[in-house]
Amino acid sequence: MKLDKQTQSDLFDYLLRLGDDRLILGHRVSEWCGHGPILEEDIALSNIALDLIGQSINFLSLAGKVEGQGRTEDDLAYHRDALDFKNLMLVEQPNGDFGFTMVRQFLFDAYSLLLMEALQASELKELAAIAGKALKEVRYHLRHSSQWVLRLGDGTEESHRRVQNALDDLWMYTREMFESDEVEQRLVQKGIAVDSTSLKSGWESMVFQILKQATLEIPGEQGYYSSGSRQGIHTEHLGYILADMQFLPRAYPDAKW
Amino acid sequence: MKKEEQIIQALRQVKDPEVPVLDIVEMGIVRGVEITESQIIITITPTYTGCPAMRVIEEEINQVLKTEGYENVEVKTVLFPAWTTDWLTEEARLKLKAYGIAPPEKVNEVDLNPFNWEEKKVACPFCESMNTSLTSQFGSTACKALYYCNNCQQPFEHFKCI
Repeated sequence: MKLDKQTQSDLFDYLLRLGDDRLILGHRVSEWCGHGPILEEDIALSNIALDLIGQSINFLSLAGKVEGQGRTEDDLAYHRDALDFKNLMLVEQPNGDFGFTMVRQFLFDAYSLLLMEALQASELKELAAIAGKALKEVRYHLRHSSQWVLRLGDGTEESHRRVQNALDDLWMYTREMFESDEVEQRLVQKGIAVDSTSLKSGWESMVFQILKQATLEIPGEQGYYSSGSRQGIHTEHLGYILADMQFLPRAYPDAKW
Repeated sequence: MKKEEQIIQALRQVKDPEVPVLDIVEMGIVRGVEITESQIIITITPTYTGCPAMRVIEEEINQVLKTEGYENVEVKTVLFPAWTTDWLTEEARLKLKAYGIAPPEKVNEVDLNPFNWEEKKVACPFCESMNTSLTSQFGSTACKALYYCNNCQQPFEHFKCI
């Protein structure tokens, strides 16, 4: 892989964003293991977590190669601090109840589907291959999460109330998905990255359709929206999840399975 | 037999640790065997990105080929083209069924569209009845979904189509 210095540093950053989204969400979803509302859902959530962490391994290991300092995916996952993480604030939000987890998953899955579809056309072959592989899994994740949003939204009064609250609480974290910056734009110019702003209308038409069908009210455009996670700004929740995730490899650096 | 074919035959000793009736050749995991002057390169592709069986499979390839007398073996992993259940051979499908897992059908529109919620009609591997229903899209491993046969009242697994 021959890259100039600027592209190398941009690409490393971009791959961290892709990897961190899936690592942090995968870890969050894995917290359901043994706590699912029914056995089938427990298994489903563990499966989804495994897929997400598998996807993050691919992105982070490519990031390590691009950086060229010999860091592996494990080094990047376990030996970076909160400010170095580039995941969306959406994915670090605590699980809440099952409905909250499913709404968070649905909002992310719809975004991930469009992003992976578009990344298949990346000029960087390794990146296109990872996206094509992940896409197959994202399809059935989205099938699962959208069915639950529909079932809970158009379910009982109680389930409707809970997922509507989840949607209202999570909405302020959705705009970040469609924000672009210089790092991304330079890579878009090179045909490597996807312009995040281009995904918004597709995401809205997909998400709004399901929300309407689920009889849920789409939060208005007004109100506060978070911003800055691609630059390392996070909610307080990321620190806790990292403490949980990173404790063992940091306390016992030579620990092996 | 050509050397490539001999190696492929040897690789058939490597089974999928999670579905031990299938070997990695008939599953479509082995993508190529390349013999250069200095080494043998085996190219494999993962079924699912997070599949924990991949590392075991890689170790076993090395083990088996060493036992068969091959040296300087390198196992390379590729992600493109992404693995699909369409690569399972006919023989593999029959083995799955005999093992009690409903084999995958050819990947179709329903599988590719996340918003097509039509339930797949899957035949029960035990009694052949089509009167079955989906319990969950997710099963004991990444590659399987859970079904229930309303005819013989047996739960069974279906190899997901991806």
